[in-house]
Amino acid sequence: MDRLTSNLLDEAIGFDDPTKPSPLIGRLLLVEDCVETSGAFVLHHLLKRALSSRHASNAVIFIAFSQSFVHYDRVLRKLGCNLAAQRDSGRFVFFDMLTLGCSDRSGKETDEGVLVGLYCKIQRAVNALIQENKRHVTIVIDDIPLLEVAANGSINHVLDFLHYCHTLTSEIGFSIIALNHEDVYMDIERPLILQMEYLADVLIKVGPLATGIAKDVHGQLTVLNKPVEGLQDKLRNRVHNFHFYIKENGTEFFYSGSRA
Amino acid sequence: MVAQDFPILFSNCGAKLFRNSRLESVKSLPIMAESICRALRDGALPGELAPALTIKDSINSPFGFNAFAHVLAQLSSNILAGKSHSRGLVLLAFSRSPAYYVELLKKRGLNVGSSTKWIQILDCYTDPLGWKERFMEGEKISNVDQEVSNLSHLCTNVRDMDKLFSSIITLGKGFVGEGTVRFCVAVDSVTDMLRHSSTSALAGLLSGLRSNDSVSSTFWLVHEDLHEGKVIAALEYMSSIVATVEALTPSPYMRTSNLENSYLEHSSTKGRFHVRIKRRNGRVRVICEDFIVEPSGMKFTSISSEDAVINQGLIPKVQFNLQLSEKERNDRARVVLPFEHQGNGKPIQIYDGRRSLTESKDDNTPLITSEKGNDEGSGKGEIVYFRDSDDEMPDSDEDPDDDLDI
Repeated sequence: MDRLTSNLLDEAIGFDDPTKPSPLIGRLLLVEDCVETSGAFVLHHLLKRALSSRHASNAVIFIAFSQSFVHYDRVLRKLGCNLAAQRDSGRFVFFDMLTLGCSDRSGKETDEGVLVGLYCKIQRAVNALIQENKRHVTIVIDDIPLLEVAANGSINHVLDFLHYCHTLTSEIGFSIIALNHEDVYMDIERPLILQMEYLADVLIKVGPLATGIAKDVHGQLTVLNKPVEGLQDKLRNRVHNFHFYIKENGTEFFYSGSRA
Repeated sequence: MVAQDFPILFSNCGAKLFRNSRLESVKSLPIMAESICRALRDGALPGELAPALTIKDSINSPFGFNAFAHVLAQLSSNILAGKSHSRGLVLLAFSRSPAYYVELLKKRGLNVGSSTKWIQILDCYTDPLGWKERFMEGEKISNVDQEVSNLSHLCTNVRDMDKLFSSIITLGKGFVGEGTVRFCVAVDSVTDMLRHSSTSALAGLLSGLRSNDSVSSTFWLVHEDLHEGKVIAALEYMSSIVATVEALTPSPYMRTSNLENSYLEHSSTKGRFHVRIKRRNGRVRVICEDFIVEPSGMKFTSISSEDAVINQGLIPKVQFNLQLSEKERNDRARVVLPFEHQGNGKPIQIYDGRRSLTESKDDNTPLITSEKGNDEGSGKGEIVYFRDSDDEMPDSDEDPDDDLDI
C-alpha cells in the first residue's frame, strides 16, 4: 500500500507525481456537495491517501461533527485502511464532536467559547504531533454547517475559527480539508459559502449528473485549482470536470462518455 | 480587410499615417497599472487628502490579491529607490501572514531586511482575536524566523479600531528620515476588517488615515460580492482610484451553470482590469486593460487588438463578408449597367425631335450626321424624324384629343 494508483481526482488535485511533496501542503481544500449527491466519498478518498502514505511524518486530525468514529472506521476498512490501528499509532487524531460538542454546551460557555475551546484542543494536538516530528498534518472538518450549529449559528465565529485553522497552514505547512453543503446556504447566507471559496485553494464541487439520473454514473465532479506561485503550470487555475461511480471499495472516476 | 484599407487611405497623407502609428504605440503600452502606481507614489499635496486606491474583485475573477501584490511590489520598489513621496510602508496583514509578504517581496527582488527599515507589518493575521494569547500561555510554537519577527508587530484585538489606528500611526512614525516623514498604508483585506467592525468604524479609520498629515497614500483590497452595495459605495467614495478585476470568460464558480453545463477544461488566468481615476478637478477617467496572472506576477496588456477592431467597426461578426475591398469597389464601378448610354468616345447627344431654326442655323452638324446615318442605310435601325413645320408643337403633356367632341 505504499503507492496508490492515481486516478482522475488525484491528477486534478496534483497528487499524480509521487516524487513531489503533497500538493496540499499549506493549502485549503474545500469540498462542496448538495443533498442529491453526498461528497463524503471525496473526504474518505483523501483521508485514505493521507494515511496510506509511507512518510512517517504524515498525520491526520479529524474533526467529526456528522458521524461517529465507528462509521469512518467501517468505511475506511472497506477502502483498505485501518483507522483504529492508525489511531493507536498516533497518526490519526479523532475529535468526536457529536458527544464532545454537547457536553461543552451544557456549561456556561458562550457560542464563541465552544469554538475557542475546540481550537485550543486542536492546537494542543498539533503541538503534540510536532513534538513527535509529524510535520505533514492534515486537518479534516466534516462538516462546516454542523460546525456552525455548534457555534449557535454564528457565521462570524465559524469564519474566525476557520481563520485560526488557516493560520496553521501558513505557519506550519498544514493542509485543511473541509466539507460544505452548498444548498444549505441559499441567497441570504451566500457570504459564508463565498468566504469559504475565497479562502479555499482547491475547490471540489460534487453534484448530480446534469443530464439526469443514470445507472452507470453517480454524479459529476468539478475540481478547480487556484493559481499559486510555484504550482505546476498545468494545474494553474484549471477546471477539471469528470464523472464518478461509487463502488463498495472505492470510487471510479472517468471522463464523460469514456466509460465502456 | 481593414488592414488592406488603411495603407491606401494613408498613402495620400504621410503625416496622418505617422501620427496614427504613434498613437497606436502609446496605446499598446500598459500605461494604466503604471499610472496607478505613479499616483500612489507621488502622494498628496500639502493640505489635501491622500490618494486612495480601492482594488475590488469578485469570485468570478478572484485575482484581486494578485493586483494588490503587484501594486505593493511596485510601490515598494519606488520607496526603496527613493523616488517616492513616502519613506516607508505600513502593511495591515489580515489575510496573509507576515512571513508570506516577506517571501513575496523577496521574490520580486526587493531588499526587505535592509538596514533602513522601510516596511512595517501590523500582523492582524496570526491572532486577530487573541485566542492564542488567551489559551496558549507559554505553549507558543514559534516557527517564525528572526527577519520576519523584526518587521511584524502582533495585533491581538482587531475589533478595537482606535487602537488599530494609533498603532498604524506609531509604526509609521518609526521610519527614520529627515523632515516630515511620510508613509503609505496598505490594507490587504478590508473584507476581513468589516467582519470584525461596523462600516462606519472602518470608514472612520480609513478617512482618518487619508486626512493624516504623515500618510502619503493608501490602498486596500475588498471582495465586492461579500458586501452590500452601500458598503462598496462608501469605500468608493473614499477613494480617488477604483480598480476592478473582472473576468473575461464565464467563470467556473458560477453556480447556476456549473453543474448543468459541463465545462471544457480550460485555463482562465486572464481577466480585465478596469480603472476609474478621479482627478482633482472632478474629471473622471476610465480605462481598461487586460491582464494575465503568471507565476512571476501580473502582466498587463492593452485590450487585445481583435476586440479593438470590433469596437472600431461595430460590424457584427458574420460568416459572410459585408465589406468591399478596394479592388472589389473598383470592379463594381466598372460594371456597365443595361440601357446606360455608352458614348463610345463621341460626345453623347440625345435628339429630342425638336430643332428650332436658330439652332439649325448655328449648328448644322447633328442634322448632317443624322442625314448621313440615313444614307448609310437603314440597317442600323435608326429612326430619323423631321418636324414638318415649326407650327407643330413639341410633345407636351397636353392631350392632343382634348378638343374632340364625341
